[in-house]
Amino acid sequence: MGLGFLLQQPFAQHALLAAALVAVSCGLIGPFVVTRGMAFAVHGTAELAFTGAAAGLLVANNPVVGALIGSVVVAGLIALFGARQSERDSAIGVILAFGMGIGVLLLGFYHGFATAATNILFGNIFGVSGDQLIVLLVIGVIVVAVMGIWYRPLLFASVDPDAAGARGVPVRGLGLLFLVVLALTVTGAAQVVGTLLVLSLAITPAAAAQRLSASPLIVAGLSIVFAVVAADGGLLASFQSNVKASVFITSVSFAIYVVARLTGPLLRDRRRSRHQGHFPRQEATALRPTAELPGTPVAAASSEDGGGLGDPAIRPRASGR
Amino acid sequence: MNGSGGSAIALRGATVRFGDHVIWEKLDLDVAPGRCLAILGPNGAGKSTLLKVLLGLLPLSAGTITIDGRPPGHGSAEAGYVAQQRVFDPDLPIRGRDLVQFGVDGQRLGLPRTRARQVDPVIEAVGAQSYADVPIGLLSGGQQQRLRIAQALAGGPRLLLCDEPLLSLDPAAQEEIVAVIDRHRREHGTTVVYVTHEITPIADVVDQVLYVAAGRWAAGSPDTVLTTQSLSALYGTHIDVIRVHGHIVIVGGDGAGACTHADDAGPAGQVRDRHDGHAGHSPEGQQH
Repeated sequence: MGLGFLLQQPFAQHALLAAALVAVSCGLIGPFVVTRGMAFAVHGTAELAFTGAAAGLLVANNPVVGALIGSVVVAGLIALFGARQSERDSAIGVILAFGMGIGVLLLGFYHGFATAATNILFGNIFGVSGDQLIVLLVIGVIVVAVMGIWYRPLLFASVDPDAAGARGVPVRGLGLLFLVVLALTVTGAAQVVGTLLVLSLAITPAAAAQRLSASPLIVAGLSIVFAVVAADGGLLASFQSNVKASVFITSVSFAIYVVARLTGPLLRDRRRSRHQGHFPRQEATALRPTAELPGTPVAAASSEDGGGLGDPAIRPRASGR
Repeated sequence: MNGSGGSAIALRGATVRFGDHVIWEKLDLDVAPGRCLAILGPNGAGKSTLLKVLLGLLPLSAGTITIDGRPPGHGSAEAGYVAQQRVFDPDLPIRGRDLVQFGVDGQRLGLPRTRARQVDPVIEAVGAQSYADVPIGLLSGGQQQRLRIAQALAGGPRLLLCDEPLLSLDPAAQEEIVAVIDRHRREHGTTVVYVTHEITPIADVVDQVLYVAAGRWAAGSPDTVLTTQSLSALYGTHIDVIRVHGHIVIVGGDGAGACTHADDAGPAGQVRDRHDGHAGHSPEGQQH
């Protein structure tokens, strides 16, 4: 079978489209997941999609809807139990363990196709139906819209919560909003790559992008591109073989990460040297109070040595502590 | 409202309580524009609470507050906020100028963008232009604090609120940060408020001190508030205030638990007890 022939088949088109939709959402939230240190939250919500799907299968024979509802419940529980950052990971661990137990119980009651359940764990990209595609599309639109609207305050709150709170940014509310977006994204991704492999689209591309740039928007763009390349590239590769798509998707994703890790330091050194060979973390020793005259214009005071210390008469005493 | 006209900060009978728990009450304070106030006191005395009130993030339970004659807006740009330095991850995909830009529009919806026109002047004002494009996590603590100050100044505030801005900085960096802030105060007439444990690094730039402890407070000039007499009255136990080579050391009495930090400033102007009938007496109380 040639690739051209395959690409004309609905199942292959569905798969490519589904992978792209999932990848865009994952790539978009990825930098926030990394910045906020929420890799475990991704893993937790992804695995609990299994429980939600099992419940969905049992109640309505619809794993996707079950997983989606479950993911929002899980996001709420994580926010409730893990309000403080320090306790969030343990809260996720607690919820994850109990939730998986419930999932196993629910699956025991289910007498349908066992593959319907294992597909949730490892993904079944070639089984994406038209209905599922619409669900993924809706999730994608919601995620892109929410992120587009709240991107800036969310970034502010993620990077510098104290200052953001002082400016009236609803830091906790945005945290909850992001958890819900994350849970929706992860649940959608789980349909494609499976709950066990979601991290390869939600974390790896963003982690790779961060190695290459420090500009928030460039990182977001790279993260999305990397996720789409991994998802659709992996898929195309799997068309040519008998190996499951998940294997290729995770491999491409990992390869991008390795390349970024290797090239990132080179880029960073270049960026640093471009800024006048400034050596961070050594400023304090390099700084000497320059005798700046009172009334010197502000711009002149900010010289290469890091700035004058102002009017010597007003300088605080050296506190030889 | 007796004579709050012209004050940058005016508090009248200001009280904050959560349920039955009174944080502080009947607080009167006037800070003239362009002056520097230090808010001192032990942990849990309500310093941060007061800061939230000044930022307009927390309403008073009783009394009034005005900033430049008006009630503070919620997270208003009129108040710039400098938080304590904390460690940024070296991989954090944020440059100094992104951090500063947040001071202009970080609370607004939409996608982030950096506008050189808006941030370059303040980045220059704090002397950070040579490293404003370096990832923030690669900078030293002192460099990060300069950028935080630039962020706070980016909105063109009339009031600069600094919440433990010197914590975890070495003495040289502390000195440098105090100088950057004070230079801006002198050149732009910005009112500056420090919330701090340690008075020593800022002792030379402070005009006024507000000391809060155990529900009581005292306000006045550093020389009147930071005395053995007035702090002892405030804490209700003997406190020694020792000045050695420019350091102001406050040493707590037996079991007071008041002064676990050896370096903090005490008050002396007026002292008031939270509970009626236990009013602390103020040695040289200067009523407003």
